[in-house]
Amino acid sequence: MPEWKETVRAPEEEAKGPVVQAQSKPKAFFKKFMQRRTAVAAAVFLLILLIITAVGPQLAPYDPAAPDYDNLLSGPSPAHVLGTDEYGRDVLSRLMAGSRLTLGVSLSSVIIGAAIGTVLGVLAGYYGGILETLVMRGSDVLFAFPDILLAIAIVAMIGPGIINVVIAVAVFTVPSFARIMRSATLSVKESLYVEVARSIGCKNGRILSRYIFPGTMQSMIVNFTMRVGTAILAAASLSFLGFGANVTEPDWGAMLSSGRNYIGVASHLVYFPGLLIFLTVLAFNLLGDGLRDTLDPKIK
Amino acid sequence: MGRYFVKRVLGTIPMMFVVSILIFLFLHMIPGDPARQMAGKEATEQELVQIRQELGLNDPLPNQYINYMEDLFHGDLGTSYKTGLPVSEMLLGRLKPTIQLMFSAMIWSVLLGIVIGVLSAVRRGKIADYVGMFLAISGISIPGFWLGLVLIQVFSVNLGLVPTGGLDSWQSYILPSLTLGCSIMAVLARFSRSSMLETMREDYVRTARAKGQREWLVVLRHAFRNSLVQVVTVAGLQIGGLLAGSVLVETVFSIPGMGRLLVDSIAFRDYKVIQAELLFFSLEYIVINLIVDLLYGVLNPKIRYQ
Repeated sequence: MPEWKETVRAPEEEAKGPVVQAQSKPKAFFKKFMQRRTAVAAAVFLLILLIITAVGPQLAPYDPAAPDYDNLLSGPSPAHVLGTDEYGRDVLSRLMAGSRLTLGVSLSSVIIGAAIGTVLGVLAGYYGGILETLVMRGSDVLFAFPDILLAIAIVAMIGPGIINVVIAVAVFTVPSFARIMRSATLSVKESLYVEVARSIGCKNGRILSRYIFPGTMQSMIVNFTMRVGTAILAAASLSFLGFGANVTEPDWGAMLSSGRNYIGVASHLVYFPGLLIFLTVLAFNLLGDGLRDTLDPKIK
Repeated sequence: MGRYFVKRVLGTIPMMFVVSILIFLFLHMIPGDPARQMAGKEATEQELVQIRQELGLNDPLPNQYINYMEDLFHGDLGTSYKTGLPVSEMLLGRLKPTIQLMFSAMIWSVLLGIVIGVLSAVRRGKIADYVGMFLAISGISIPGFWLGLVLIQVFSVNLGLVPTGGLDSWQSYILPSLTLGCSIMAVLARFSRSSMLETMREDYVRTARAKGQREWLVVLRHAFRNSLVQVVTVAGLQIGGLLAGSVLVETVFSIPGMGRLLVDSIAFRDYKVIQAELLFFSLEYIVINLIVDLLYGVLNPKIRYQ
């Protein structure tokens, strides 16, 4: 009798495996993550940036849109720590206000791209067949347009503007998630707990949402972090080329683009926005590296 | 071997076909009337009819595609709306600076990337590894256009060592090729390091060490040679993306190449030129990927027999 109980309970426990284990995992993850100093530093930097993004306008020393015609193109000084632009607007205040637009565009495009790519990738990996062929060949076609060219092609088609940049960068993000999530699904699909869940009669929808998707989360989180950096670079590049935010708006890429015209007399207009883009992308990449090493030490 | 080659070459044909359809449909996916977009709000109906005629928009869609492909095989990419010149002529005129820039970027970045990667792997956990990997992660994080502007400001404007733009002398290639190759160097450094670390854990490397071979011989002859197959593949794929990178670099350094032409054509809504450029860029990428695949088959016999 006890043996019979054991065999009946085991598959259910197995099927609940990832949910039960999830309680102890965050602690272990946190401990391992804290050992990676560069990733922790990157996380702290991004946290500060997020706080500034959330409360930026209140913290900014000046109104980011207010011109000051007595202080045109002045370099860094105690009054204007990062100098002023061609209208005398405070560069630091504009960078603080611009973080909303820059991070907003990049994060929203990656969230949209990741959501579409993840759904397509997980379904392709789980169901296989014609759906998998369609998704994978579709990704191959999108990958036939190298790097940022796909985003440029989309903007060329639908026109410049912030919303169009979000669409372009989201489309450019989809194939990467579709591929990674498909391969993650393929490996999770073979796990014992999924087999057990199927054998106790779980329906596909439940298996996908309760067992497959949580199992692929690690790959998604790592790719998401990495892709935010790529998206910031892509959106800033589009703005720089004149296809993104309007040059009057406090977007980091647009600030760099308009500052380029004054590089000879006020190089701070190019240095500071570029440096901030660089540090933010670097932080996302370092955080992505740290998460990857912590979550999946096999890949280095 | 022959079968592998034929299979791979034939495998790219459907991809090229789908890409050609997508690029053909580019004109049709433009919201609103492409003729109106090109000519502007003040264009007369007669002008619009003429543009539609020139773009071939009056025929049924399948016929338009067949005509497009026929013209393509005859080397006819249409006429530029802005300049009135044949698009193929415009592209050919812009090809040389872009190719020269690509090669100058490729040479230094591939070599330096591999050297940094191998050194970081050999000196794992030491200062050289940290410096190498810091350079690499910075290289993939730095906005290329910003790097270009900073280099111009420092080396051209402040120090006067190299020209600020154009491609008139060999010195004028230095800054654009540094800017363009930076991300490739970074990706290759990271990849070569991880590939070398993996190879250095192999049994044959341990055996070579156990035989008493010198460390540099173990690294170069056993570990590096075996990791080279994967490194070559990644290098090839990165080079495929160089053309796309040229869009930004040519804009920053005012180089009259293919990338600059694309940006200008988008600004002027010169759709025939945009269409031709997208086709060229994507076909180049597909062909380079194919060459990399074939090369991988040559270097790694396991792939051929799978």
